[in-house]
Amino acid sequence: MPGLFNGDFGIVLVNVFLLAILFAVAVAIARMRSLFAIVMLSGIYSLVSAAWYVAVDAVDVAFTEAAVGAGMSTVVLLGAMLLTSRTAKPEKLFSRLGPMLVCLATGAALIYATVDLPALGDATSAANTGVGYEYLQIAWFDTGIPNVVTPVLASYRGFDTLGETTVVFVAGLAVALLLGFGERSLAERIRNEGRNGSDRRKTKAPAVSDEDPA
Amino acid sequence: MKSDHHVILRVIAKLLIPVITMYAFYVQFHGDFGPGGGFQAGVIIAVAVILYALVFGVPAAMRAVPPVFTRSLAAIGVMIYAGVGFWALFQGGQYLEYQALFHEGPGEHHGQHIGIMLIEIGVLCGVSGAMLTIFYAFAGRVAEIRDEDW
Repeated sequence: MPGLFNGDFGIVLVNVFLLAILFAVAVAIARMRSLFAIVMLSGIYSLVSAAWYVAVDAVDVAFTEAAVGAGMSTVVLLGAMLLTSRTAKPEKLFSRLGPMLVCLATGAALIYATVDLPALGDATSAANTGVGYEYLQIAWFDTGIPNVVTPVLASYRGFDTLGETTVVFVAGLAVALLLGFGERSLAERIRNEGRNGSDRRKTKAPAVSDEDPA
Repeated sequence: MKSDHHVILRVIAKLLIPVITMYAFYVQFHGDFGPGGGFQAGVIIAVAVILYALVFGVPAAMRAVPPVFTRSLAAIGVMIYAGVGFWALFQGGQYLEYQALFHEGPGEHHGQHIGIMLIEIGVLCGVSGAMLTIFYAFAGRVAEIRDEDW
């Protein structure tokens, strides 16, 4: 990536620093056995990569990465972790050889592919000359919305966004159909309260009633 | 509900949850001018409820935001989005053609603003409902998250 080194020295420093953190976190995730630490580190990985997206001016992507990667998927993985054991099984040294070869080959192919990538912010790259440039020119006249990302997502690419929303809905539906709607814990709690009498109810009541106005 | 050493956590969470929800609505309705939109706002709302569930327990969160509400919300969100498309169809335009909503010519933006705001609300409902349904499906299988589980 020649664009990484063309600009200001400070920007280069920020890029190198963030990517170094990403590398260190990735190595730590690969070497760890405790699932809780791995889930937390993957959240940190998402947060640092969101910061890096800001550094390369992809603010919308950074926002989504911070909300979904660092917030949502960490919490869902924590919930999934509660259902299983706390540590991953140690593997034999020999069985790691195959995955390592696959990773090295994929990494080499990706690094080889980056040679052909256009520089960051290159005005003659395919992304900046084709339909993207056209949207930048006509979006204000067509829709009157200042942030060009919104009309591209909602107006020009309205079908895509409808499809994405449907995919999210179907994902939620599929998880709920496979795992149940999660009401078992609520029913269990109500049953326990009925059995234990009123003292438990009394300690519980403030937490619920306080939250109602909020 | 649990031992007392979580009191700081509970107080801070109670302070933060309304702010997180308000920030989600800022992201939602400021999406025309800055980064963000329905998808991010939906995730942030879901995260606010999930924070409540983590601190106060999943059953308490299920009383505040029932699972039947979250799964209906997800379906309603997709229906709002698809409904805007049908509204454009019934106004004589093509599916999701916002210019047709109020029979406007090129350069007029009323239909674009209304249409995009409606579908963003649909995305907000769909995403937050689906995310909460997923969270309840995972977290609801353990009756109560005990301290030693972490």
